[in-house]
Amino acid sequence: MPQVSLTVNGTKHTVEVEARTLLVELLREKLRLTGTHVGCDTSQCGACVVHMGGDSIKSCTILAVQCEGASVTTIEGLAAADGTLHPMQEAFREYHALQCGFCTPGMVMSAIDLVNKHPDGLSEKEIREGLEGNLCRCTGYHNIVKAIAAASDVMQGRTAELTPAAAE
Amino acid sequence: MNVVQPFEGIGASVRRKEDFRFLQGRGMYTDDINRPGQTHAFILRSPHAHATINGIDTAAAKAMPGVLAVFTSADMAGIGGLPCGWQIHNKDGSPMAEPKHPVLAEGKVRHVGDPVAVVVAETRAQARDAAEAIVVDYAPMPGVSTTEAAIAPGAPAVHDGVAGNLCYDWHIGDKAATEAAFAKAHKVVKFSTTNNRLVPNAMEPRSAIGEFDTMSGDYTLYTTSQNPHVIRLLMGAFVLSIPESKLRVVAPDVGGGFGSKIYHYAEEAIVTWASAKVKRPIKWTADRTESFMSDAHGRDHVSTAELALDAEGKILGLKVHTLANMGAYLSTFAPCVPTYLYATLLAGVYTTPVIYAEVKAVFTHTVPVDAYRGAGRPEATYLLERLMDVAAREIGMDRVEFRKKNFIPVDAFPYQTPVALQYDSGDYFSTLAEALKTADWAGFEARREAAKAKGKLRGIGISTYLEACGIAPSAVVGSLGARAGLYEVGTIRVHPTGSVTVLTGTHSHGQGHETTLAQLVADKLGVPIANVDIVHGDTAKVPFGMGTYGSRSLAVGGSAMDKAMDKIIAKGKRIAAHLMEASVEDVEFERGTFRVAGTDKTKSLTDISLTAYVPHNYPIEEIEPGLEETAFYDPKNFTYPGGCHIAEVEIDTETGKVSMVNFTAVDDVGRVINPMIVEGQVQGGVAQGIGQALLEAAVYDAEGQLISGSMMDYTMPRADDLAPVSVATHTTLCTHNPLGVKGCGEVGAIGSPPAVMNAVVDALRDFGVNHVEMPATPAKIWNIIHGHRLAAE
Repeated sequence: MPQVSLTVNGTKHTVEVEARTLLVELLREKLRLTGTHVGCDTSQCGACVVHMGGDSIKSCTILAVQCEGASVTTIEGLAAADGTLHPMQEAFREYHALQCGFCTPGMVMSAIDLVNKHPDGLSEKEIREGLEGNLCRCTGYHNIVKAIAAASDVMQGRTAELTPAAAE
Repeated sequence: MNVVQPFEGIGASVRRKEDFRFLQGRGMYTDDINRPGQTHAFILRSPHAHATINGIDTAAAKAMPGVLAVFTSADMAGIGGLPCGWQIHNKDGSPMAEPKHPVLAEGKVRHVGDPVAVVVAETRAQARDAAEAIVVDYAPMPGVSTTEAAIAPGAPAVHDGVAGNLCYDWHIGDKAATEAAFAKAHKVVKFSTTNNRLVPNAMEPRSAIGEFDTMSGDYTLYTTSQNPHVIRLLMGAFVLSIPESKLRVVAPDVGGGFGSKIYHYAEEAIVTWASAKVKRPIKWTADRTESFMSDAHGRDHVSTAELALDAEGKILGLKVHTLANMGAYLSTFAPCVPTYLYATLLAGVYTTPVIYAEVKAVFTHTVPVDAYRGAGRPEATYLLERLMDVAAREIGMDRVEFRKKNFIPVDAFPYQTPVALQYDSGDYFSTLAEALKTADWAGFEARREAAKAKGKLRGIGISTYLEACGIAPSAVVGSLGARAGLYEVGTIRVHPTGSVTVLTGTHSHGQGHETTLAQLVADKLGVPIANVDIVHGDTAKVPFGMGTYGSRSLAVGGSAMDKAMDKIIAKGKRIAAHLMEASVEDVEFERGTFRVAGTDKTKSLTDISLTAYVPHNYPIEEIEPGLEETAFYDPKNFTYPGGCHIAEVEIDTETGKVSMVNFTAVDDVGRVINPMIVEGQVQGGVAQGIGQALLEAAVYDAEGQLISGSMMDYTMPRADDLAPVSVATHTTLCTHNPLGVKGCGEVGAIGSPPAVMNAVVDALRDFGVNHVEMPATPAKIWNIIHGHRLAAE
C-alpha cells in the first residue's frame, strides 16, 4: 500500500493508505479526526472542507496520496492551545450560526478562507456568494452570514472585539 | 429574590452550551463512533422501480477479500417486516391496506433503492467491492410513480392483494352539511394544485452501528434517530423480537432530522441482527445517493379544493379532495400525515363553518413518503392559503381584507373547528397587523413601480396560517389510529452538591435542547445552566420517551420536566420544613431558595439536596432519601402556533429567476424560552419553505426511476438563494400546558411556501396566470413570461 506523509494541525503523520483513499477518509478513519464530515458524494455540500497550504479544499475530492508533504488544518486545529476559540468559531456561537453542527466544521473552514481572501472585508452579497460550496439545512444561512461579517471585522482588525449579536 | 445572575431563565437569549463541541469538531455523530473490532456493511439496492427477483447469486461476493458475510432475505427467516405505527380506517370502517415491508426484498423490489442484499466486510471499500460481485437476476416490470397514474385502471400493482394501489380511502367532516352550504353559495371558487415531493436532506446522512455482546446477549444500536426509545420499541418488539431489557438504542449527536430520522429503517434492523451473526460490531453509513433513494421523502399531494362564499365574501364551506403518495411501503407514521395532520388543519385561521375532506392514499413505485418538517400542515396551509388568494381575486376583494373578514375572532377561543380540532388560543389580527407593518405592505406598490422601471417584476404575498403541534394527547391519537402513546418523560436528578442532571425522552438534533431545557431548570430551580446537564438519546440512561418531532420537545417534554421539578420542590419543602422546624404549608420556594413564609429563615436547594443524600438529621420514617423525580406528561390538547408570513420577490424577466427580496415572519409560538433559538428555528424553517416554493423537487420519471438522485440534481437552497428573514413573535399563551409554550420548529416551513407563491403569482399578475406550481423554477417562470409575450405579439 502507498504511504503518505503529511502534517495535520501541526503534527506530522506517515500513514499507509489504499491508493483510492480520500483525504477525508485518511483524516476520519486513520487519524480519528472526526470533526471533518462527509455530507454528500458529489462535492456539493462542503461539510468536508479543510485548509491545505492555507487554502480551503474539499477533502472528499482529493486523494490522500496527492497530499504528500502537505500541511493540513482541520476544525480540530483552529482553537488556541489554551482553548481560546478562533474569532470565526466565537462569532458562530455568538450569532447562533449553527444548529445541528454537522455542516459547521466545513462552514467555519470555508468562512475563514473566504475572509482571508478578502482583506478589505466582504459585503453581504459577497459572503452569500462565497458560501456557494457549503450547504446548511438548519439555519437558512442568515446567521452564518452575520457571523462571518462580524468575524471578519475582528480578523482584519476593524474591531478589537467581536460585535455582540443584537439583544433581543 | 434570588435570581440567577446573569439571568439565564425563561426569555433569555442564552448562547448555546452545545456549540463549544460542535465548533471544535468534537461532536459525536454516529459515523464518528468506532467500536472495537468493527466491521462495515454495504447495502445492495435495487436499480429498478419494479422487478421480480428470480435469484441472487452471492457466491462470488462471499469469496471477495475481507468479506465476512453476505445476507439476503433468505437468511432472515423469522424476522418481521418494518412496522407501521398508525392505522387509518376507510370510509366504510375497514382498516387500511398494510402490506408487509420486508427488511430485505422478498422476491420483488418495489422502488429504486429497495434493499436487496447486505455485505459485511472488514472495510467499507471491501464491502462495496463485494456488493458489485453479487448477481441479482431481475425481471423488470412496468412501474408507476404518480398517484393519478397509480389509481388509474390497469396500473401496475405495487402489492399483490392491494386493489387499485389504494392504501385507504378516508374522509372527515360533515358531507351533507357541506353540500348544503355549497347549494346556497353565492360563489364557488375551485382550485387544484400539486404539493411537490421533497427530499429532507438533513446534512448528516443516516448511519447505524449494531453491536452484539456475546457474553451478555445484549444488543446495542447506535443510530441517527430523533427517537431512540421508539426505535427500540419498533425494532425490538416487531422486527427482531429482542426484549427492551436486552436492547439499548443510542442516538448520539444527530446532524439534523426534519422528520426523516423519526422512522425505523431497514438498515437499523440489518446491522443489529447481523452483528449477532458475525459476532462483531457492524457500521453502515449512507452515502448521499443512498439517502436520496432510502430516506423517507415528504409531501407529494395532488389536491382539488372548492370554497363556497356568500355575497359578502364570508366563507360558507370548504370541500377538499386529495391524493397522497405513500410510496412503495408504509413508513412508520406515513398514514397519519395526509389525514390527521392534514385535513384537520383545513379550517386554518378561518371561521369556515363546514368542511368535508376526502383523502385517498396511494401506493407507487417510489421511496416511502412520511412526515417532513411540518408534515401535513404545510400541505394544508399551502392549499388553503393559495385558495384564499385565488378566491379573493375571483371575487374582487382585497386579499388581506378577505382574510380578516374570515378570521376567527380573538374572543372566540377556545374555538371548535368542524374538523375535530379545538384551538385553545390565538390572535391572528395582531400577527397580521405586525407583519403588514414590518413588511411595509402599504408601501409595496411604490416598490413594484420602482422595480418595473428596472425591468423587473415585483410581487408580494401573504399567508395567515395556523398549525397543530405539541404532539399529542395519547387517548386522542389512540382513538385516531396511533399505535403508541405520545406523552413525554422527564427526570430531574438533583445531585448532593446541587448540580442537576436532566434525563429527557426528547432528542436534540439541532434544536438546542442542552441550552433551552437547562434554562427551564435555571428559571424554576435557580441552578445556573453551567450546572445543568441535559441527557438524551440513550435508552440505557433515559427512562423512556417518544422523541422529538411535531414541535413537541418543549410543549410535551418541557412540561414533563416542569412536573418533575414540581415534585422536587414538593419533596424539598418537606425536607426544608424539617430543617427549619416549620410546617410544610409555610415553606415557600422560589428559584433555589426555600423560605419560611414571612420570616428570614431560608435554606438553599443545595442545603436540601445535601441533606437528602446525607440524611443524618432527616425525617427518615416519612421521607425517602435522595432528590430525584420523574414525571410522565400527557398533553391535554395539541398546541396551535400561528401567525403571518409575508414574502416579497422580484422576477428577472430575461431569465425567469425569482429572487427573494424580503421575508417577514410574525409568529405566535406561545411563551418563548430562548428568543435567539426561536428566531433561528423560524429562519431555518422559512429557508426550507422557500426551498420548496422556488427550488426543490424530487423528480421521478413515469415508471419510477429517480431522476433527482443527488445534490447535483436536487436543488438545495444555498446562501445566495435566500434573503434575510425578519422574525418576530407575538405571544398568546398555550392554555393547557404548564409552560404556556406552543412550539416553533415547524412554523417556518408551514407558513412560508404559500406566502412565496402568492408573491410569485402577484408578480405575474399582468400575464394572465392565476397559479404557478411549486417549485417556481426559472424555466417555468420564463415560459410563462415569454409564452405570454409570444401570444401578445
